Amino acid sequence: MPGGKTLSCVLALFFARAAFASDSPKIPNIFRPESTPADQIYTISNFTLIISGLIFAVVFSLLVYAILKFRRPVSTDDFEPAQVYGSNQIELAWTVIPVLIVLVLFLATARVTQSVQDARPPAAAVEVTATGHQFWWEFRYPALGIVTANELHIPVSETTSPSPTFLTLLSADTDHSFWIPLLAGKTDLIPNRKNSMWMDPHKTGLYVGQCAQYCGTQHAKMLLRVYVDSREDFEAWVAQQKRPAASSESVVAGRRIFEETACVNCHAVAGTIAEGRFGPDLTHLMSRQTIASGAADNTHENLKLWVKEPEAIKPGSLMPAMNLNEHDLDALVSYLETLR
Amino acid sequence: MSTDSIALNAVNAAPRPWSAVVHSWVTTVDHKRIGILYILLALVFLVIGGIEATIMRIQLIVPHNHFVSPQFFNQMFTMHGTTMIFFVAMPIVFGFGNYLVPLMIGARDMAFPRVNAWSFWLTAFGGALLYLSFIGGYGLYGAGAAPDVGWFAYAPLTSPTFSVGHSTDFWTLGLLVSGIGSIGAAVNFVATIICMRCPGMTLGRMPLLAWMNLVMGAMVLLVISPLTAAQIMLAIDRFLGGHFFDTQAGGSAVLWMHFFWIFGHPEVYVLVIPAFAFISEIVPVFSRKPIFGYPVMVAATVGIGFVSFGVWAHHMFTVGMNSYANSFFALTTMVVGVPTGIKIFNWIGTMWGGRLQFKTPMLFCIAFLFQFLIAGLTGIMLACVPFNWQLSGSYFVVAHFHYVIVGAILFALFGAFYYWFPKMSGRMYNESFGKLHFWLFVIGFHLTFDFMHIPGLLGMPRRIYTYEPGRGWEIWNLICTIGVFFQAAGILVFVANLARSLLSGKLAGSDPWDAWTLEWSTSSPPPEYNFAQTPTVASRRPLWDLKHPEDPDLDL
Repeated sequence: MPGGKTLSCVLALFFARAAFASDSPKIPNIFRPESTPADQIYTISNFTLIISGLIFAVVFSLLVYAILKFRRPVSTDDFEPAQVYGSNQIELAWTVIPVLIVLVLFLATARVTQSVQDARPPAAAVEVTATGHQFWWEFRYPALGIVTANELHIPVSETTSPSPTFLTLLSADTDHSFWIPLLAGKTDLIPNRKNSMWMDPHKTGLYVGQCAQYCGTQHAKMLLRVYVDSREDFEAWVAQQKRPAASSESVVAGRRIFEETACVNCHAVAGTIAEGRFGPDLTHLMSRQTIASGAADNTHENLKLWVKEPEAIKPGSLMPAMNLNEHDLDALVSYLETLR
Repeated sequence: MSTDSIALNAVNAAPRPWSAVVHSWVTTVDHKRIGILYILLALVFLVIGGIEATIMRIQLIVPHNHFVSPQFFNQMFTMHGTTMIFFVAMPIVFGFGNYLVPLMIGARDMAFPRVNAWSFWLTAFGGALLYLSFIGGYGLYGAGAAPDVGWFAYAPLTSPTFSVGHSTDFWTLGLLVSGIGSIGAAVNFVATIICMRCPGMTLGRMPLLAWMNLVMGAMVLLVISPLTAAQIMLAIDRFLGGHFFDTQAGGSAVLWMHFFWIFGHPEVYVLVIPAFAFISEIVPVFSRKPIFGYPVMVAATVGIGFVSFGVWAHHMFTVGMNSYANSFFALTTMVVGVPTGIKIFNWIGTMWGGRLQFKTPMLFCIAFLFQFLIAGLTGIMLACVPFNWQLSGSYFVVAHFHYVIVGAILFALFGAFYYWFPKMSGRMYNESFGKLHFWLFVIGFHLTFDFMHIPGLLGMPRRIYTYEPGRGWEIWNLICTIGVFFQAAGILVFVANLARSLLSGKLAGSDPWDAWTLEWSTSSPPPEYNFAQTPTVASRRPLWDLKHPEDPDLDL
């Protein structure tokens, strides 16, 4: 029953949106991993922390003991303590023990390094190419033909049928770094270089992070949002992203303004003459919850302010103020708001 | 040789006009005066760099603060880092080395006094050039701007495309010029220590401070070269259309990282080894015992020097090197922990069984031991590659290296200030103010840098001018900022104490600490020629031998 299917799709989409809206982002914390790479890092981190803690306890106690025990009494007369110049046995002991500790730590480190870094994608993996720009993220799904920005959607990976996401990391300009602490360690995006990383989140929800390698003026507001969707929600999101851009007669004036000003030099809307790639793809702008790489919620007021005066939201961003009059601005924003 | 002053009596002369005094300081080639000039230069830049840090901390006190613009904040962290490393830490280390090395090895001056003066002035001009960027950074574009590319200036942010105007050029030239000065100073240290030791002072009898400055000098010779090469390549890119680091034309961003960090990591040891040197001189005197395991300390220092050249890529675990390279650099980095650990144990061994006197210099040394221990352990965490993938580029790293540079190096330097101030000025500092400085600084340091680790674990990256509320970062940032004001108060007490003591402190005499190395055998301050007669030594502690003929220093 095709009608029912469409309805359930729309409903799923609606509920998904509603769920997102009420879903507050998960607070980053490297000690609460929710994905295999982050979890493996967490395990080796704990191991390192325990060893460091033991070393700290031993040396700290020795120091405190020495300070309390050997302080010079105030009222005794001056005499020099026994002059001890060293001891080869003791030196040997505190050389060999650290060497053994280092050996153990190194072997554990090398094992986890290899296991995280050299993992190969399974057939069911979702491939995404992330490109860093000053100061936003471009995400492409080559197998699905989707281009989006700043808000990455990936499916949850159940242990029964794992579907990890493998990211290819590129940069269009300066160095950036992709970091969602709950899902994986960070990996840099470097121009003229192809890096990769992966994650397989076990739970759905909104994971936040941000660019972790200084990339210029607005490095601070190059925020990153990863939506881990249930399998159905992800399929629905893919279906929605694959649809052509909405085109409505009611906003034709706004669309003309968009296509006749500099907007199209940087932004793309699929199926129109707008093919710029310096800025985020706007084909499904309204499917995103934030604008300006997470710097502001995607509301009518913010959208209008962003077009009118980007400096007010993100000073130093490369989006220029468009200098439109109030009438054109309203028309343009009305058009943008149809790009669902 | 006597323990008392063996200086010749000064000829009584009429007070000279101030212009003659200034002239004598500007044209001096005396290692002690040049040392003091280095230290004063560093103190001026310390205050400037401290103000820059304070501006950043005020901006970060609450999320979405509007105290400064993002552009200005980015200039502040670039200038703060560059200033503190190149124009505070390096000059101050050179300054103490300049002052102390000839005195401790019984020499009259450095090997090349004119090169010495030249090196100092190059460093000073390098700093001036860097700060000129505030006036001329945009060149013909109009207003001034300091560099905003970060202190390690990753390509391609420094390319003409992303850095218009001349701010990056001021940065490049400032470091190039001061780098040449550093090379001159390093040549001088190595030549002086190898060639200028007094009779009887074999390498095995040198004070550890001289050994450690020898290693530091040798390392500077090696590490400044790649930095200078990289700066010249960057200048070629920017002025002559080269493409070494210009990724838009096929250059390599990673190449710059390798060049920078093969300088940058040994640089940490260039700064921390002289700090070890201060600890190795001060702890024995205030424990009333010789350094524990002298030959092992020397070996550990040389070992650290060598290994430190093989660890640089641990700054690059996130740039996508393969797992074998990552593991290799994890191993070398962890290996540095072994000689470093040996040093800490030896310092504790020195204190063990001694009679500890908690004068201000010793307090700073003890704080150094605790803080350096923690800095070393967070260093081991960062060497663990997977852990590093989470920690790298976050506030945890910022906290870690401030633990090294402030908690270890700066604390050791404060200890050195108080310990040698009587020698340099001839007057004692005020002990109560010294202790007040110590406690203010300990409280401030721990408030700021202990709590700075936490936002890093919660995902806060470094170098952000503002941050999002609701991520659990607010309280930690607030505490960090509060700590800054304690540190600033500590610095004020420090400067006031030194200034007041300089004018009206009680006379120190030649040997206020009942110490054992040669600098305490001459008057305070020492005469221009240091020693009226060249001293002759028969052990590592010549003044101990003199004071305790019945129990002379063990000479191996």
